Amino acid sequence: MSTLNYQESERDKAAAVLSHVIPAGDGWIHQIRCGQTLRIVDLEGNQAADTFFFHADDLKERYSAQDTIREQGALYLTTGTRLMSNLCRPMLTITADTCGRHDTIGGACAAESNMVRYALEKRFMHNCRDTFLLQMALSGLPLTKRDLSHNINFFMNVPVTAAGSLKFEDGVSEPGKYVEMRADMNVCCLISNCPQLNNPCNAYNPTPIEVVVWD
Amino acid sequence: MNATYEEILPGGAMWSMRIPRAREVRLTAMAAGANVSALLYHAENPLDRLNVPDTLKALHTAKLTRGHVLMSDMGRALASIVDDSLGWHDPLGGHSTRESVAAAFGSRTYQDARNEFFRNARDNFLVELAKSGLGIADIVANVNFFSKVVADEAGRLSFLPGHCPAGATVSLRTEVPTLLVLANCPHPMHPAGGYPRVPVRVGIFPCEPPGPDDACRLFRPECARALALSERDLL
Repeated sequence: MSTLNYQESERDKAAAVLSHVIPAGDGWIHQIRCGQTLRIVDLEGNQAADTFFFHADDLKERYSAQDTIREQGALYLTTGTRLMSNLCRPMLTITADTCGRHDTIGGACAAESNMVRYALEKRFMHNCRDTFLLQMALSGLPLTKRDLSHNINFFMNVPVTAAGSLKFEDGVSEPGKYVEMRADMNVCCLISNCPQLNNPCNAYNPTPIEVVVWD
Repeated sequence: MNATYEEILPGGAMWSMRIPRAREVRLTAMAAGANVSALLYHAENPLDRLNVPDTLKALHTAKLTRGHVLMSDMGRALASIVDDSLGWHDPLGGHSTRESVAAAFGSRTYQDARNEFFRNARDNFLVELAKSGLGIADIVANVNFFSKVVADEAGRLSFLPGHCPAGATVSLRTEVPTLLVLANCPHPMHPAGGYPRVPVRVGIFPCEPPGPDDACRLFRPECARALALSERDLL
């Protein structure tokens, strides 16, 4: 491991316009206006926050993992990373990060991918994609499975080697670590607080996260 | 074996085809430096589509080569890589756009150059997908056959020019009826200079579906389970 990029924020939670705790295995969909700042707090440590962004004014424009990593020339997300859309435009910019590294190539867990990765009998375990699909369905927004592509896993550690191997490692996050990002356009934020129990991405113990928004 | 079908895609070309289960699709670089950006969909339900993150995490890899199974977001094996002369195909770099092509190679329009104009993978995908009633929402992370992008310890990415020699081949076996969409366009991380224009031959051959001792099925247990999920469609 190298180049963890530690950057604290000076924002005061008392000045926030919204704060909300997302229990383990639950979801959240919320609009963040251009110029607002979103902080995601890993309250108890080693908890993956699977996150999508859509352009709130044109939902067909959405976060793109491949565009983000190619445009910054690096795999991991941290302070200074611009989260790019499928139209290769900056959606948000990471402005503070006390964890230092986040994943965007590991995707989200799903009933079917759990069957492939672990065992066919894992089908009935709760998973991030079910949370995404339910949140989209309940939101009243015209968002469906077709709009789900490849997300960010805040607080998750998926190192890639020069030889091209990839693995899910123990998180580098700890209680109270956070990542903060400023919206560069009006975005719709969709989060699944990951319920995965089959690998160490949540230290086998999914816990709550907190989202905080400032004007 | 003679190909059931064969076609040469000129540099810059777009192509798509609905391919039945159990066909071998062989791509051959007719000159050095090819790149083919590719998307795969289940032909009977395009919402069931290539999922690069699911594929990479199931295989514990950030490259694609022989033995690997390209998986859908519904856990199915869409296609297996049954042969590969290169050892590394890129699943990370994404695909070129009008803007990225203009930045790297300059702009050459149809009016300037007739059919030698500088095409890009995004526009090619949009056109080919539209023919199947699909659009930008269906463009997910793609793979780039014949290209190599490596990450160093800090995660910094670099594109390796010279990775693909003339004659390089990669072969996919379809595991479900597959809509395969190809854009024979430069990799978006290709160094600036002349627009690379490398013809690629597509050959489609009959082949057997994977048996119990198939090399891709045995490559990892995750491959066996993805193939098993595809085979449930046959029940």
